[in-house]
Amino acid sequence: MPIKQISVFLENKCGRLASVTRTLGNHEINIRAFSIADTTDFGILRLIVNQPEEAYRVLRSEGFTVSITDVIAVQIPDRPGGLADILELMQEAGVNIEYMYAFVEKVSLDALAVFRVESVAAAIKLMRERGIKVLSGSEVYNL
Amino acid sequence: MYWNEKCECMPCEELRALQEERLRKTVGRVYCEVPFYRRALQERGLGPHDIQSLDDFKKLPFTTKEDLRDNYPYGLFAVPLSEVVRLHASSGTTGKPTVVGYTRRDLDVWAEVMARALTCCGATKHSMIHNAYGYGLFTGGLGIHYGAERVGASVIPVSGGHTKRQVLIMKDFGSTILTCTPSYALYLAEVMEEMGISKGDLKLKGGLFGAEPWSENMRHQIEKHLGLIALDIYGISEIIGPGVAVECPAKQGLHIFEDHFLAEIIDPETGEQLPPGEYGELVITTITKEALPLLRYRTRDITAIIPDPCPCGRTHVRIERIKGRTDDMLVIRGVNVFPSQIEEVLFRISHTEPHYLIIVERREQLDELEVWVEVSEAVFSDEVRKLEHLEHQIQGEINDILGISVRVKLVEPKTLERSEGKAKRVIDRRQL
Repeated sequence: MPIKQISVFLENKCGRLASVTRTLGNHEINIRAFSIADTTDFGILRLIVNQPEEAYRVLRSEGFTVSITDVIAVQIPDRPGGLADILELMQEAGVNIEYMYAFVEKVSLDALAVFRVESVAAAIKLMRERGIKVLSGSEVYNL
Repeated sequence: MYWNEKCECMPCEELRALQEERLRKTVGRVYCEVPFYRRALQERGLGPHDIQSLDDFKKLPFTTKEDLRDNYPYGLFAVPLSEVVRLHASSGTTGKPTVVGYTRRDLDVWAEVMARALTCCGATKHSMIHNAYGYGLFTGGLGIHYGAERVGASVIPVSGGHTKRQVLIMKDFGSTILTCTPSYALYLAEVMEEMGISKGDLKLKGGLFGAEPWSENMRHQIEKHLGLIALDIYGISEIIGPGVAVECPAKQGLHIFEDHFLAEIIDPETGEQLPPGEYGELVITTITKEALPLLRYRTRDITAIIPDPCPCGRTHVRIERIKGRTDDMLVIRGVNVFPSQIEEVLFRISHTEPHYLIIVERREQLDELEVWVEVSEAVFSDEVRKLEHLEHQIQGEINDILGISVRVKLVEPKTLERSEGKAKRVIDRRQL
């Protein structure tokens, strides 16, 4: 069960990030996690929000270039080596990670990370087999 | 000093008679040999004998760059390919180039007019001509080259690029005449300064500069920094290449070589001929070309005919320095660029109507072209490397078509101005 990530194209210029987040705020959309990938000229803002479909709609209507991508949210034991264990597991299974970033919020005592992988279904199956918790959309959006 | 005083200073009536005779022959030949012209003349109810004098001239149909494109590559040639000994090409308005062909006699005419042009800037058989125009499909390099050999000068076919080496060659070989684009001449001057070489270390005396628009101000800069007399040369590959018109040392306009090319100025909207002195579109008819004779070719260049006789003694009519274009063609480092060529690349990559803006700037005397492209959902990705790949792909394909490198910048949608009529696609920030 993948979750929906919102990606937004941003030019590297003043006020663009503020403009995206203000638009979401005005529509009562709450940000759960985000990351920015940037180059000299442009950036890509990636967001996990409580209402992805609505966020996609409002950002588009404001004229942003937006896409929705399936990612997985994985629960990681919050201890030294917790992330390393999961990454090694994925590496051994040949799961290719395009990028990842962490949630600010925690689920009970565990940390939470977002993974963008080539084959979402295969990655979810792998996690399950190894007893690693993958969160569903409703679990993430309602954190 | 003239190369061919008999032709260049021919009395006006004699010149007119020669032009009429050659025009009649040209019309007769294209009617017989080029189906495109036969149809165009027939549609106007004209036969080959209806054009007798220069007064009948305006009955003739125009030829446009689109006609050359529609007949790509050889459709307008008036001789079999076995008679063609050389091909050149320039950029077309879209992906395909415009192809031009020359018979042996065409090359002879070209060398003749280029010899006249080079003589204007002081070339003789004692000159050392440093030819920094690009050699290849572009007509600049070889056009100058054959004219220089005709004069009997020593030619250095250095072509473009490797600027430091060019400066050393100018100094060590003792170049006396420089031929290149005016912006490259200024760039050479800058590099000389960096290398600690002054104009006193060189033997330059004169130069022909063209293939892009320039100004009096640039002339002063070139003359001051290189210590030579800088003259403007006009050419267009469809007509012959460089050598259609050239400034004489009087520096009061460019003489059209009228025994080979007929010039008119028209209103680009109505197609009506304009009187001397009025600015409009330059239209040229070739009257000696064999391989690719063109009737009333619309150059899209804006200039005016100068009616008064020139103090230099040449009788051939003069035109003013080219003031601009009637279309959106840009000249970048001597290369013709149409926004439609860039649009075609973008369309091919994104499969949607692209929104883009071309920004031209001149940094350190060299033109730089930047293409801003709005990122549509069709091409957007959440992965940086895919967007960077997109930038490189656009860059690469534009480079393949234009032969010049450009910078591509991805921008957010709706950042580029939308206008009600024709979108503004080009911002040219160059100060000439």
